[in-house]
Amino acid sequence: MAGTAVRGRLTWQVATVGSVTDETTSVRTIELEVPAWAGHRAGQHLDVRLTAEDGYTAERSYSIASAPGEPVMITVERLEDGEVSPYLTEELRAGDEIEIRGPIGGYFVWDGADPSPVLLVAGGSGVVPFRSMLRHRERIDASAPVRLLYSARSPGDVIYRAELDKQPAGVEVIYTLTREQPPGWTGHRGRINAALLGEVAWPAGEHPACYVCGPTPFVETVADTLVSLGYPALQIRTERYGGAGGT
Amino acid sequence: MSPVSRGFHGRRREPEAEASRVPPGQYATTDFPVLSAGPTPHTALEKWSFSLRRAGDTLKTWTWEEIQDQPAEDVTADIHCVTRWSKLDTRWKAVSIDTLLAQVDHQARFVLAFCDGGYTTNLPLADVTGGQAWLAYGYDGSPLPPEHGGPARLLVPHLYFWKSAKWVRGLDLLATDEPGFWERYGYNNYGDPWREQRYAGD
Amino acid sequence: MHAPHENDRDVRALDGNAIGGLFLEIFGTEMTTAFTTCATCGSTSTVAEAVVYLQAPGAVMRCRTCGAILAVVVRRHATNCVDLLGLAALEPVPG
Repeated sequence: MAGTAVRGRLTWQVATVGSVTDETTSVRTIELEVPAWAGHRAGQHLDVRLTAEDGYTAERSYSIASAPGEPVMITVERLEDGEVSPYLTEELRAGDEIEIRGPIGGYFVWDGADPSPVLLVAGGSGVVPFRSMLRHRERIDASAPVRLLYSARSPGDVIYRAELDKQPAGVEVIYTLTREQPPGWTGHRGRINAALLGEVAWPAGEHPACYVCGPTPFVETVADTLVSLGYPALQIRTERYGGAGGT
Repeated sequence: MSPVSRGFHGRRREPEAEASRVPPGQYATTDFPVLSAGPTPHTALEKWSFSLRRAGDTLKTWTWEEIQDQPAEDVTADIHCVTRWSKLDTRWKAVSIDTLLAQVDHQARFVLAFCDGGYTTNLPLADVTGGQAWLAYGYDGSPLPPEHGGPARLLVPHLYFWKSAKWVRGLDLLATDEPGFWERYGYNNYGDPWREQRYAGD
Repeated sequence: MHAPHENDRDVRALDGNAIGGLFLEIFGTEMTTAFTTCATCGSTSTVAEAVVYLQAPGAVMRCRTCGAILAVVVRRHATNCVDLLGLAALEPVPG
């Protein structure tokens, strides 16, 4: 069994879609049944490969949205002129088969053993790997305090809202809505900047582990700002998504 | 064998494309995908120039204004990317490479296009002359955007589109052939889409 | 973390996480944590922190410090053609 699991990780294997759940009007979570899944770590991703009838293939990477031990789930945002995401968010349904490769990644992972505070900064769909980390934290009852700073365009663009609003003590979720806020909104507005990070982030003296995920321009701005605020670059882990959606 | 993904088509297909205009292994799209091996250069027009060089010497250089003063053509062409998409009836505003080469003396048999960002691609002289190649600075009625190679790119539609070098700054005129960027990494030295010459050895 | 070249906020620029699956297939092991030494500028980093372009005729990995190419992978028919000449060193982390 171990041999099969290793082979599955290295090469493409066929997964069956178990269920699909719409998170927002443009974001969908897909649960996959993967026969030779070797388990994963919070923060890892998998690659998806689609094949058209004429043999044309397209591959994309998606962060795993579920915790280690839960069924494999990915959350996909539909990009306006995307090639793969419109198919995954609109066409794909339970029972369909797709090829996947993974889990992948040993850098952008959080296993929960380290009690140091954790800062998670998400831009749009960059929140997906953090949901895996938060679920993992709860499942293993980890002690590390976590702050998630989540930038989204509007209330309707916040993914996993209900779940994020019910986090246990030790996890704080801070939102900033950049384009549209609901009436009476007292939370942050506008893009993440040095002032907001300075207010939300753990003090540098507490040596937080920082993770930043989202579109490339978002990640670069936030990471550069954290460095300028005194957080060591080695303590900041980044994962960039292509496309500019969601922030 | 990979299972076919039910209902997956890839990019938005051009439904009206005549099969005879789509080379083997290609499909026609209405998109204009942006492909790049590095960051998009942004060269200011005041600093931009196009040069013809030979053995390290610059034979002639044109500034942006001087290129604008060259006789330009409206070119309509089908383009074919080695990553399998084709786009029919693309419209460009461009200066023929013949026009520029006519202004220098040379006995080159090959050219190596060089570009901002370091990209290069090689072509036989015979494929950039005779009305087959242009320096294009307008696309679809507007200035060529940086993501598609602006201020100007090479346009050589009869070959795979990696030969239509983006952000081109000149041509090295060579006596012997010298592989460019993708040619060195495994792509075909010539790149005829009608003979499906994608990779080295095809 | 900061690259000196002009357009390091290009939306299409990913990082080495995005090439992790391809490298897993090529090297047979997790590579995003592998240490890299740039053959052009000598800087050391990890695969995860490299600048990666995947929307191209091949996968291109560039040094985040100097922009030089570290590695290129071209899928030619059913084979991965891997060029690592831009790397002075590539060392997977054991375990």
